[in-house]
Amino acid sequence: MKIVVTGLGATTPLGGDVRSTWNALLAGKSGISTLEQPWVAQYEIPVTFAGQAKVPASEVLTPQECKRLDPSSQFALIAAREAWADAGAPSVEPERLAVEFSTGIGGVWTLLDAFDTLKERGPRRVLPMTVPMLMPNGPAAAIGMDLAARGGVRTSVSACASSTEAIANAITRLQSGDIDIVVAGGCEAAIHPLPIAAFAAMHATSRRNDEPELASRPYDVARDGFVMGEGGGAMVLETEEHALARGAKIYAYLVGGAVTSDAYHITAPDPEGSGAARAVLAALKQAEAKPEDVLHINAHATSTPVGDIAEYTALKRVFGDHLGKIAVSATKASTGHLLGGAGAIEAVFTVLALKERIAPPTINLDNQDPEIPLDVVTSPRKLPDGPILAISNSFGFGGHNAVVAFRSYE
Amino acid sequence: MALSKDEVLAGLAELVNEETGLATDSVQMDKSFSDDLDIDSISMMTIVVNAEDKFGVKIPDEEVKNLVTVADAVNYIADNQ
Repeated sequence: MKIVVTGLGATTPLGGDVRSTWNALLAGKSGISTLEQPWVAQYEIPVTFAGQAKVPASEVLTPQECKRLDPSSQFALIAAREAWADAGAPSVEPERLAVEFSTGIGGVWTLLDAFDTLKERGPRRVLPMTVPMLMPNGPAAAIGMDLAARGGVRTSVSACASSTEAIANAITRLQSGDIDIVVAGGCEAAIHPLPIAAFAAMHATSRRNDEPELASRPYDVARDGFVMGEGGGAMVLETEEHALARGAKIYAYLVGGAVTSDAYHITAPDPEGSGAARAVLAALKQAEAKPEDVLHINAHATSTPVGDIAEYTALKRVFGDHLGKIAVSATKASTGHLLGGAGAIEAVFTVLALKERIAPPTINLDNQDPEIPLDVVTSPRKLPDGPILAISNSFGFGGHNAVVAFRSYE
Repeated sequence: MALSKDEVLAGLAELVNEETGLATDSVQMDKSFSDDLDIDSISMMTIVVNAEDKFGVKIPDEEVKNLVTVADAVNYIADNQ
């Protein structure tokens, strides 16, 4: 059974939809800026910048939707609605429509706001919608309600690998034969003082407070940590048979998806990269492809000193000398790291790269780390004609590795 | 100074509008919150708590189930200001 991508949606620090995001990415823009919120100074947060959604959800959704949905679910709904409309709002039996939609953290704004309310005003003032708003399956449930999906609505949580895992899970749903369409993706809305302080406490994030737009710099010798971003990405996935029967526009094939785990350290990547390498190999096996078929990688590349090297080590194990022929893009340089939404928007970028035959640039690469001799794309680069394969990697705290593989649609 | 029932109705209609998006002029005395305005129990609790703040009244939880129509709520608020 072949699976195709028929719709894309995104809201990111670069743009409020797929087209504006992609155009800004190709133009080498940065979505990272200084946070103007009063809590930055109030709590003396050591990191004063992030990639905030370019278009606030309140400009897209109704006031009632915003009141009843955590910001993470708001981004999810915006991305999923765009993907669904892009797919032509297919008519499908509700029982044969499923959702696989992730977040890394869930409704952190709702949870912490509610605790503030409890402390300041007592339990009666805690909003009755608090629980459904904070639960990590809230974004998936909101999409499921909106699209009337009754074939199962599910949330995989694996930190920053979450939404790549969601897309991988969509494959098994579709292969079961019980489902015709899956809306898959992920979101995050964690630009809140607590997560920022917590990531800063573990020294995972960049402190380049004076030059926020230069802070996310994967593979550069001066990289000093990731930059938090927010938003969401979604794709409509369906069997090729179903897509052709309804005359759908097709972007690409989804040919592989794999998940492995390191069991090495709760936050540090395995320096040998074995778990990540196994995930890439498993995705390629499912795609019935050889490493030499891969011509483009959207890397996880968060701009942390150790993470970028560990991913390179894993890729070198899988691809060997062929790695030099692969155009590698590290798009977090522009978007920041959307945590549970990262894999989703990067899968969207990977699909667009195949569809438009162009690998997006990696900005801020001034001095490439000599320990990471990848062929990094620094300005938009044409990809070859003919059938080509691309993969998108995501790794997460907990030792999670997830990889999805797409093939160009001829 | 106590508000008139018309003033309470207008204020309540604003709270309903904020919570649900329903037009304020659809909030009329004879309407049932659940059957006519399609307001679920979760929205109702939010409106009740906001009404307590707005009108300076206490609406005990055991009283909420008696507030079936808009008139029930307006009368309760007007009588307990």
